[in-house]
Amino acid sequence: MLGCLGLFLGLLPPAALAAPPTTKSEPTLVSIGYLKQEVDDAIPLSRLNVKPHDLGIAGAKIALRDNNTTGMFTNQKFTLDVERVPVGGDPVAALNRLVDSGHQFVLVDAPAPVLLALADAVKGKEVLLFNVSADDVRLRQEDCRVNVLHTAPDIAMLADALAQYLVWKKWQRWLVVSGVFPEDQAYRDAIRRAAKRFGAKIVDEREYEETPGARRSDTGQQQIQQQLPVFTQAAPAYDVLIAADQREVFGPYLPFRTWDPRPVAGTAGLKAMSWHPAHEQWGATQMQNRFQRFANRFMLPRDHQAWIAVRAIGEAASRTQSGDYGPIDAHIRGDSFELAAFKGQKVTFRKWDGQLRQPIIIAGAELPVSTSPQRGFLHEHEDVDTLGIDAPETKCKL
Amino acid sequence: MSTKTSIRSESMRPRPSANSSKRPNPEYKTKSWEYIVKTLSLLAVLVTTLFFYGTGGADAYTVYVSNEKGNSLTVIDSETLQVLTTIPVGQRPRGIMLTKDGKQVLICASDDDTVQVLDVASREIVADLPSGPDPELLNIHPSGSPVYIANEDDNLLTIVDLETTKVLAEVQVGVEPEGVGISPDGKTVVVTSETTNMAHFIDTETFEITDNVLVGARPRFAEFTADGKHLWVSSEVAGTVSVIDTATREVVKVIKFDVPGVQEIYLQPVGVRVTKDGTKAFVALGPANRVAVIDAKTYEVEDYLLVGKRVWQLAFTPDQKLLFATNGNSNDVSVIDVPTLKVVKSIPTGTAPWGVTISQD
Repeated sequence: MLGCLGLFLGLLPPAALAAPPTTKSEPTLVSIGYLKQEVDDAIPLSRLNVKPHDLGIAGAKIALRDNNTTGMFTNQKFTLDVERVPVGGDPVAALNRLVDSGHQFVLVDAPAPVLLALADAVKGKEVLLFNVSADDVRLRQEDCRVNVLHTAPDIAMLADALAQYLVWKKWQRWLVVSGVFPEDQAYRDAIRRAAKRFGAKIVDEREYEETPGARRSDTGQQQIQQQLPVFTQAAPAYDVLIAADQREVFGPYLPFRTWDPRPVAGTAGLKAMSWHPAHEQWGATQMQNRFQRFANRFMLPRDHQAWIAVRAIGEAASRTQSGDYGPIDAHIRGDSFELAAFKGQKVTFRKWDGQLRQPIIIAGAELPVSTSPQRGFLHEHEDVDTLGIDAPETKCKL
Repeated sequence: MSTKTSIRSESMRPRPSANSSKRPNPEYKTKSWEYIVKTLSLLAVLVTTLFFYGTGGADAYTVYVSNEKGNSLTVIDSETLQVLTTIPVGQRPRGIMLTKDGKQVLICASDDDTVQVLDVASREIVADLPSGPDPELLNIHPSGSPVYIANEDDNLLTIVDLETTKVLAEVQVGVEPEGVGISPDGKTVVVTSETTNMAHFIDTETFEITDNVLVGARPRFAEFTADGKHLWVSSEVAGTVSVIDTATREVVKVIKFDVPGVQEIYLQPVGVRVTKDGTKAFVALGPANRVAVIDAKTYEVEDYLLVGKRVWQLAFTPDQKLLFATNGNSNDVSVIDVPTLKVVKSIPTGTAPWGVTISQD
């Protein structure tokens, strides 16, 4: 945090500090917290997918810089303080530390149960939480909380975005292969819902049972080459195989190994995501360049989700000319809020569940393929609300 | 709404690759004979233009269109509306502008991190201006120099002397500067910052920011009216155009758009042009595939002209009879007849046309 402050001061030319003859008042301070709950992630199958240590945090930091550049002109100063909670640590205590030291806006990078515990711990207080990572639908449905806004898309949005593209492509017969974990089942349910909404047909569902063991080893490739064709053999006629494998147990093994020559989508192959490191539409090139220069790595979805949260706070502070919780919270949730996020249209928060309304990128490993909503999937208000849980079907009571 | 801040240009962080001159070049102000020459040549152009008006003959201007993906300029004759030639240029050309003497086209070659100077006669790139990375739009002082270049990647407005190609100053502005407008009297340059969402007013003598005016999200283009009294700023993501009183530096009007059958979210203003007589304004609405026609006195939107797909930028012929609109996704320009407000022709271009500039004679 001191580093960020130093950086900010470094940007301010000394002449400007001394220059204005009219006594310039102290800048308005806006303190932002970032609470990261560390989790025991299994090693990904591909070493390309190892999560960076500063995942999400780097996105928040670059947004802080953007806010402070604007703050030079609005006499506002933003700070970011990070609390990392180790596995088995106490996230509520960490949040209380942030709140007690004046942080009323806190980004939460944690699994759903932790997020809910945190939201309930500050219930009724003037604290706004941003969910920058958890993709569980229930957080936007029966378990929604009034003090949480979600910049991370949920799996319902992701599944809908993917489904629209596949249906536009006329790949409407799906073979769904899911893993055994609860989050795999949840993803499969989102795929089932999307198929029904957009007119696709699930011709068969198969379950891939986990075989525990080392995930990367000297031998094994030969076995996988034999196993996966057999596993996908004798399927009814289908256009695309959809993997529901959130923990990356088998999904990345599927492309090029299916019995029938078919594309793979879902949690492997063609994926739906909020951000892709090669996304360059709508001015995103500048975002990617400035992130890469800053973090020395590619910008990943969680970085962008954190960037949006910090920028939302900055934008509200700039528009309301205030650093206070009340005006900022009201502006972010209000009708005049609009944020440019390199997605081709403004992003805003849905009033019925606090979910960020945003176009979703459909991409392969190297390049984006498309952006949903797809043309022709119409909505009475905003086409982007064809993605995820729409107002009429919400179970969220705020 | 506006807050006043002064940022000194000479205290910018060092840029190892750029030219050493960060200060206003003292020589620049002393070269008054240059101004006289320029003024004379401007007068000559004016006289020529008046002559053509007098004879009532149709004027043939040369229209240059930058093709963002084609890495080329399409050259069009404004009288025959035929493509004359295509000139290969640097990578990802976007903002382009003819120099005041009409002899050169300045091209923001965004992916080459440079502004190229194309000699119109020889059709060759004769110089590169030190623009900083990823230049997108530029503008030229009414006297012919300097050139003001928005560097999106560096949050800077780079000010370059056109004769010496030296950097006169760099001004720190908001995040992702883009649109550059210059007041007709040459005293004020305005740059818009797309993520900070401001129009920064900069004094062209001192290179200091005098005002910062908040506008709608992702401001992309800034256009002064010919009388210098108003500045029009388009906000792409907000879907609005803000009209700023240049005396008070306050937003006096926010213009909104409404096209039947098009969702509000697809109304994304980019290019803006106001007629010299101050009666009409034209706004390119991006993916709405329309150019809005606005009464520039009452700010009422009068019409929406259907053009090609993803309309970016606009330019008038000097006689203000035709308006050219670049359509990025349909690879053509639409030609609008200004008196009748009709789209009279589509002319195929290279891939992804973006910027447009038109000769004075």
